[in-house]
Amino acid sequence: MLPSELKTERFSGYPPQARRIATSRIALFQSLPLAFLPLLLRELIAYDWKFPAERRELDNQLAYLGGLTPDQLAAVMAPFAKLQLSQGLEQVDWVNTPGLFSEQLTAHLWATHQIDSFRTAAVEYVHKVNAASSPPELPVARLSMVMVGAGVDRNAYPLFRKLRGQGVYFTNVNPANGRNVLLNLAVARAAAHPEPFAHWYIDGERTEPSGTPLTCLSYGALETVRDALVKKMRAVAQPGGGGPEVLRTMLAQMRPEDLGMDGSGEAAVLNRFQVSILTEGSGTQLFSTTFVQWSAREALRRAQPLTLLARFAPRQREQSMKDLLAGIARTPAPDPEGSLVDADMGAYYTWINQQRLAGAEHSVFLAWFENHNEALAISPALPRGKTDGTAIDLRGLVQKLGAA
Amino acid sequence: MGSEREVARRVALSRRAFLHAATGATGGAALFSFAPYSRAAALPRNRKVVVVTFGGGARDEETFMPEGQENIPNLLKQLIPQSTIFTQVVNRGILGHYVATASLATGVYETFNNFAAVAPENPTVFEYFRRDLKRPANDAWVVAPSNGFNRIGESEHRGWGPGFGAGVILPKRLLGTALSAAGEAQYEHLLRDNYETPLYTPQVAGSEVELHQMAELLKISVSDFSEHGRNLASPDELSVFIARQLMRQLSPSLLWITLHDIDIAHSGTYSLYIEAIQRSDRLCAEIWKTIQSEPEYAGKTTLFILPDFGRDSDTDPGGNGFQHHRTGDPLSRTTWMMALGPGIRENAVVDRAAESTDLVPTIGSLLGFSPSMAQGRPLPEVL
Repeated sequence: MLPSELKTERFSGYPPQARRIATSRIALFQSLPLAFLPLLLRELIAYDWKFPAERRELDNQLAYLGGLTPDQLAAVMAPFAKLQLSQGLEQVDWVNTPGLFSEQLTAHLWATHQIDSFRTAAVEYVHKVNAASSPPELPVARLSMVMVGAGVDRNAYPLFRKLRGQGVYFTNVNPANGRNVLLNLAVARAAAHPEPFAHWYIDGERTEPSGTPLTCLSYGALETVRDALVKKMRAVAQPGGGGPEVLRTMLAQMRPEDLGMDGSGEAAVLNRFQVSILTEGSGTQLFSTTFVQWSAREALRRAQPLTLLARFAPRQREQSMKDLLAGIARTPAPDPEGSLVDADMGAYYTWINQQRLAGAEHSVFLAWFENHNEALAISPALPRGKTDGTAIDLRGLVQKLGAA
Repeated sequence: MGSEREVARRVALSRRAFLHAATGATGGAALFSFAPYSRAAALPRNRKVVVVTFGGGARDEETFMPEGQENIPNLLKQLIPQSTIFTQVVNRGILGHYVATASLATGVYETFNNFAAVAPENPTVFEYFRRDLKRPANDAWVVAPSNGFNRIGESEHRGWGPGFGAGVILPKRLLGTALSAAGEAQYEHLLRDNYETPLYTPQVAGSEVELHQMAELLKISVSDFSEHGRNLASPDELSVFIARQLMRQLSPSLLWITLHDIDIAHSGTYSLYIEAIQRSDRLCAEIWKTIQSEPEYAGKTTLFILPDFGRDSDTDPGGNGFQHHRTGDPLSRTTWMMALGPGIRENAVVDRAAESTDLVPTIGSLLGFSPSMAQGRPLPEVL
């Protein structure tokens, strides 16, 4: 089926809010090319479980497209319309399984050497959409805080190298009560600016602050969900189980209830997010450091929070071939030192992802080697590329950031 | 596209600058003062070629740039000073490891499903080599860690027919078989060989060497092989062990080794990715050392080392930095290649753009066969 043949009844399987939007935009959808519309529907079909920031962006995108004249729309869509698609793609039920279509489209674009053209078209399109909409006004500067190195006693790895040029590297931090200071700061910001999914806490262990207004998730709390998912993945990976194509489709269609999760309202939205972390993120099922990094990235990209506190914890040690062959340790030991290196890179990526959001010029960032003396602070109020060896505690650091 | 070419060119120039700082390597312009035909006449007879590819590229940040150079001391201090290095090798094909390695081996950008155990569609370098030069089966071998590579030795091209391909050894699979036969079952993770899809172990239906065949060919007992496997840290170390055995027992003229440990990056663990780079650096030096110490190879072997492609940049919002190679951005497409051996200019840098598909025609020119269906062109700087 081509978009021009689309009818409103095709959206009968969509959740209520997504269906309402789809039926109201049917004329627009009929004029979009096949290389574009299913990708838009992939976002729309999940509208009912999207974060407020994501809904706002999708609303803006639809408003932008709907506001174009037919000639303008044709010009904006021209790079997508030029792509040569196969008849097989037309046969896919892209209205109800836009994710599956997206997978097949991607494979087709790579195989026909059109992926670079698609990439260029997508980047240009996003620029146009962003230019047409004004960024949201933030009630307070964004703040991301990253704790690294839990469980490490001594460290020789040079921390925060990639971030030092952006702010001040503090080398004489008093770590006393530091974790509570950062947590209390996040809670205070959540209380002062109470918006849904605007303030997050992500932990690589089980620890979660209870009774706070923060959106919380942790690697440990998802243990049973992870185990259930890995069992399903192993079953598909076994001979006769279907192989990688079936595995990818299975992961793309996984719902919270398939993994024993339930909830409604905001809990349902968070459950969907957590499932996406485990099904779309490579390594998130097995390594807590990857879980924290990917969760922080996705929380920033999708929920665009005002506050993010991410704490890395020791991941399991990767067993060497020697250990595996010796049958050592079915439950691998933790690897604090390796996890610190992972977390150091994770802190850098968290800063990069925060800088992609609106208000980046005002945003502030703190990375701290938990229970140790090193921290890295980035703020418009601080110089760049400096090292500061004066004694300071976490409360003092927070004040310097101007993030309270 | 123009801007992407510009990015690739800047990457190449950065590599040149960092290489110059680290090794004092010289510019490629001087290469053309050479007289290639007179050099070729002086080259030894019975030339051999060893190709080492990295399945899972390593980025400049973790290798050639100043903060990454600590990870590749052997490449920088031992191999590059003896090499001609191409700083801008562009892969315009599909960035999946099996299909990309198959493209390297055919000289054509293959387009099959990366996750299917299928043969390349176009003739492989092994088939050109064996058919044109009438070489026996034991003169071309592939050592690859991944089950998905079991079909890489021979294409399904009708014009070539079966029987001219390379022997393929998948050491991890053999080790798994050996331990399974011994009643040991603790090797499940050992067979995890494609980090792009977690827990993926494709079913093998190819022509790779079986366990006892390998034992006979390499003059190593199954028990010795198993015992040796127990004392190695990674699958790539096992691959290099097998490659050494091949060189000693069969001395193939064309040997292709695919390393894959670096692809642990897909798990998102930066420290394991760095460790794998350091291990690959060490193993490349060991392979070169073996080439120099084995009488059948010393003084007549050209070694090519190249990643199949790069990895995503930190700043591309479509990716997640080092973890994947999904964006198709210039950094993920632009990599490098070094060549070293008799007749190859030492400590030289070539900045001009080359393509991954140029490897097969270059090997063809070196060994004297005609890869008629390959899309690339021979690299004159190493001929």
